[in-house]
Amino acid sequence: MAVFDVELSALKERVLKLGSMVETAVRDSVKSLVEKDSDLARKVIERDHLINAHEVKIDEECIRLIALRQPMAKDLRFITTAMKITTDLERMGDLAVNIAERAIELNEEPLLKPFVNIPKMAEITQEMVRDALEAFVRGCTKLPYKVIKRDDEVDDLTVKNFNELLTLMIQNPRIISLAVKRTYIAKYLERIADHATNIAEMVIYMCKGKIIRHISPSEET
Amino acid sequence: MVAEVNEKNIFEIRDLSIYYGKFQAVKRVILNIEAHKITAIIGPSGCGKSTLLRSLNRMNDLITNSWVEGQLLFKGIDIYQKDTDVIELRKRVGMVFQKPNPFPSSVYENVAYGPKIRGVKKKSQLDEIVENALVRADLWKEVKDKLSESGMSLSGGQMQRLCIARSLAQEPEVLLFDEPTSALDPISTANIEDLLQELRKTVTIVIVTHNMQQAARVSDYTAFMYLGEMIEFGDTDMLFVNPQNKLTEEYITGRFG
Repeated sequence: MAVFDVELSALKERVLKLGSMVETAVRDSVKSLVEKDSDLARKVIERDHLINAHEVKIDEECIRLIALRQPMAKDLRFITTAMKITTDLERMGDLAVNIAERAIELNEEPLLKPFVNIPKMAEITQEMVRDALEAFVRGCTKLPYKVIKRDDEVDDLTVKNFNELLTLMIQNPRIISLAVKRTYIAKYLERIADHATNIAEMVIYMCKGKIIRHISPSEET
Repeated sequence: MVAEVNEKNIFEIRDLSIYYGKFQAVKRVILNIEAHKITAIIGPSGCGKSTLLRSLNRMNDLITNSWVEGQLLFKGIDIYQKDTDVIELRKRVGMVFQKPNPFPSSVYENVAYGPKIRGVKKKSQLDEIVENALVRADLWKEVKDKLSESGMSLSGGQMQRLCIARSLAQEPEVLLFDEPTSALDPISTANIEDLLQELRKTVTIVIVTHNMQQAARVSDYTAFMYLGEMIEFGDTDMLFVNPQNKLTEEYITGRFG
């Protein structure tokens, strides 16, 4: 294999490593909430700097490859995709920290109602993240389209969760503080799903050389 | 013969094959060259890109056993017709080569040579043509005080711009560049590249280059040739970001063969 190909495949490995760190952060943050495990939540918060450092390393590597190799065509699209999805992954890590912070706060309080929507959202969101990364590895498949489609499910659950909590808040204003924190968590998950969607869109760009962001599905040919 | 042409295109290359004896260097190429744009031709050594470039002002005629098939229209007229005035053609379609090749005479004489040959005699008129050509080649400021010095005394980059000025003095409509910066350092290269952008306003440019980054930087359109065939032609932006042909992709990403 040519040196440049070795470098590209090392870059891909690094992005995947970051992806797996972020997946763990998201999974643990939700687990810390559902299982009332504040120690685990603190671990998520503590480990975030590792994700940040890894993101910076990938950025530096992409810049180095652009400067020294002057990539063209699919190599250029691969490296720009790696750079952009790294930003999305890092943001997901931050959102996992936000979930962990809210979990620590909520774990101190009595349970408002059993968690139903949030675990469901977390499950779909984590699948989206996994599939988006899988799509990045496997390249041109139908997988990124599946990820983009699933974003609607998460959006619907965010609205459903909000409406249910709103009803509770109207019935009992004393729980507003707790209920708002739970709507925050749903919002964080919804944002994570959005970032997974961004990754899927970038993977489509990487394959086809066509930017599909901000285009309705009917316009896409 | 005047064929039907699109006026946007200064050249229309129709099914053009070029042979050196029995060897077919260019194979049935179809290509339009748009006026006032920069078209780059890239491809590995021996792909026929320089042969194709040289066919645009019939420089290949100078190679004894070369012959062509097909049509090459310059402003609608096939330049390979028998009655073509080749000298006039080469005046309208000038050429700048890889190695700067000024005449062994003064800076002034290098530029004034062409106009003199075509009959300009008045000193004031010649002075004007020389100054104008040197200004357009972005060399005037550097040489205005040493017009009588030898053209060979200039630096490589300046010599190349002198050759460009020499071509411009003929008021060409097209300038062909064959690897114009491969013998120059990066700063002289950047000067020539900037100059190409400026010249494009008044002349059409076709450039053959081995330097893909140069093709990407300077051209509006890029053609990729391989083994005498035109593999892909398109907007430069598109060709370097998202080429449609696998061979093009392999070549520009350096994974050829």
